[in-house]
Amino acid sequence: MRKAGFWAWLWIILGAIYFLLPLIGTFMFSLRARRDTLSFAAYSSAFSDPQFIESFGFSALMAGLTIIVSLVLIVPTAYWVQLRLPRLRPVIELVTLLPFVIPAIVLVFGLIRIYSRPPLALTGNAFTTNILLIAGYTVLSMPYMYRAVDTGLRAIDIRTLTEAAQSLGAGWPTIVIHVIFPNIRTALLSGAFLTFAIVIGELVLANFLARPAFAPYLALLIQNRAYEPAALTIVSFALTWVCIGLIQILGRGRTDQDRAFTGPT
Amino acid sequence: MAFLELTHITKRFGAVTAVDDFNLQAARGEFVSFLGPSGCGKTTTLRMVAGFEKPTAGQIKINEVDVTFAAPNQRNIGMVFQSYALFPNMTVAGNIGFGLKIAGTPRTDIKQRVDEMLALIHLPKFGDRYPYQLSGGQQQRIALARALAIKPQLLLLDEPLSALDAKIRLGLRSEIRRIQQELGITAIYVTHDQEEALSLSDRIVVMNMGKVEQVGTPFEIYNFPQTQFVASFVGMLNQLQCTVVDAAQGVLSYQNQQLATGAPLEFPDGAPVRVFLRPEELHFGNGHGNNELNCKIETVSFLGATVRVELNLGDTTLMMDVQNERQLELPQAGQTQVVSFPPHACWVVPES
Repeated sequence: MRKAGFWAWLWIILGAIYFLLPLIGTFMFSLRARRDTLSFAAYSSAFSDPQFIESFGFSALMAGLTIIVSLVLIVPTAYWVQLRLPRLRPVIELVTLLPFVIPAIVLVFGLIRIYSRPPLALTGNAFTTNILLIAGYTVLSMPYMYRAVDTGLRAIDIRTLTEAAQSLGAGWPTIVIHVIFPNIRTALLSGAFLTFAIVIGELVLANFLARPAFAPYLALLIQNRAYEPAALTIVSFALTWVCIGLIQILGRGRTDQDRAFTGPT
Repeated sequence: MAFLELTHITKRFGAVTAVDDFNLQAARGEFVSFLGPSGCGKTTTLRMVAGFEKPTAGQIKINEVDVTFAAPNQRNIGMVFQSYALFPNMTVAGNIGFGLKIAGTPRTDIKQRVDEMLALIHLPKFGDRYPYQLSGGQQQRIALARALAIKPQLLLLDEPLSALDAKIRLGLRSEIRRIQQELGITAIYVTHDQEEALSLSDRIVVMNMGKVEQVGTPFEIYNFPQTQFVASFVGMLNQLQCTVVDAAQGVLSYQNQQLATGAPLEFPDGAPVRVFLRPEELHFGNGHGNNELNCKIETVSFLGATVRVELNLGDTTLMMDVQNERQLELPQAGQTQVVSFPPHACWVVPES
């Protein structure tokens, strides 16, 4: 027992070092903008750039919209596949894996080729280009979102819950919104976290669609400055975690673990 | 006039016929059980009444209205599932009030109805709990309350007690019957447990391999089975291979001993037949009818209210149930005993 505890702790510590050391290194570096003293000069310089807030705000908004689009698209699909078309599951899984195989650069060139000329010229203005951007993000985050949702759906007896709701008079929208969504909330949250992280860090799509997102801004900064990018990396890391924490707090009612004990065992 | 009418209902899944020409007419307020082994089509039939499956052929009418192809949420039917199927994200009150909320019932009316339902199932003050805080039996009572809250015209129960312990099963069984009678609601109950079906139902539909074997009251089903399947599925049954000696007098011979059946037989003299006997119709001693058999006691199992004795007749064994009482002298294995039974206990069928 004690031996197992020792090894478990060893691996946890090794893992923590692997992840934390670069972060600590970056943090220490970001404090050295002024010679021979530790200061937050790089931070104040980075913050004073209005482009930072703008680009992060833009990316966060895009992330939020991507999450909404993904949920609307993927939850009903995964639900229907599980309920009525279980034979299609392998096909759907294959489709959701395609973004892993097709690089983002291919996706974005495809989007630009098709949507930059009539009849579907969407790259002409910022609003419609944002639509393209969100569509691209939705595709990129699909493997994560689908898997999260699918796992959540498998953990509950959706068939019987659906039938129970139907017999009580519920139609499909009511079932999805009032019965399915709340019962896979943890899965939806984890899908949302992953989507958020992907969108904040995504460089290629935003770059080629020429949208003022956070990752291209950071990339530009890295080329021109030394300390500010390190500071911003730390800040974006912290902000991402704050966002995740907020979603977590907002999404908290009872934990799903409590709810796992329903139904016969 | 029948309240629920199922006419020539057939359901095929590809090449498999799950339900074959099912017919039933249930009166308002009647409690009907579908009884049969797993895979006999009883659940499929129930699901067609609920609307979760569409019949391949036939018609379903509830209160004169054809609902054969109506959507499940348009039928106003309450359903209780084996797995309770309470919504884990809602409180007990939320679960019970779910159907009313969908129907757009005012909030105060929902609360009143929820309280009524909680009182009906003897779980007042449970409204704020979540399903995971309840035992299986409590969850199933909530599920029953939820199904009844919408004042359904029909209550369907799909093996509602199968997931529960024996003791809770018994309690909830009588609870279901009490509530059904109190509300006077028509109920269909699916079970593979003959004791449940016998104790709960006004009528039982015994099914096997997609077909109805017999429809009747529990008394009829148990005492006057119309098919061999019903006879062997409902209750224990002993079988004796006999030969007809005198068809007109209803006399058979079993291992050179004559057995009286009390009624003329439709078989020719000398025909091989099979006699079915219930274990509780057999008695020790020779004072219980004309038919006597010499047996050797093989095993004795004390079950509490009854004592089950296994008797050896040479080529076959007989099961016999003796009512327990304090003065009972327990039979001993190895003893030789005379066992008797009345002529009317014999049920004669042709040798298959």
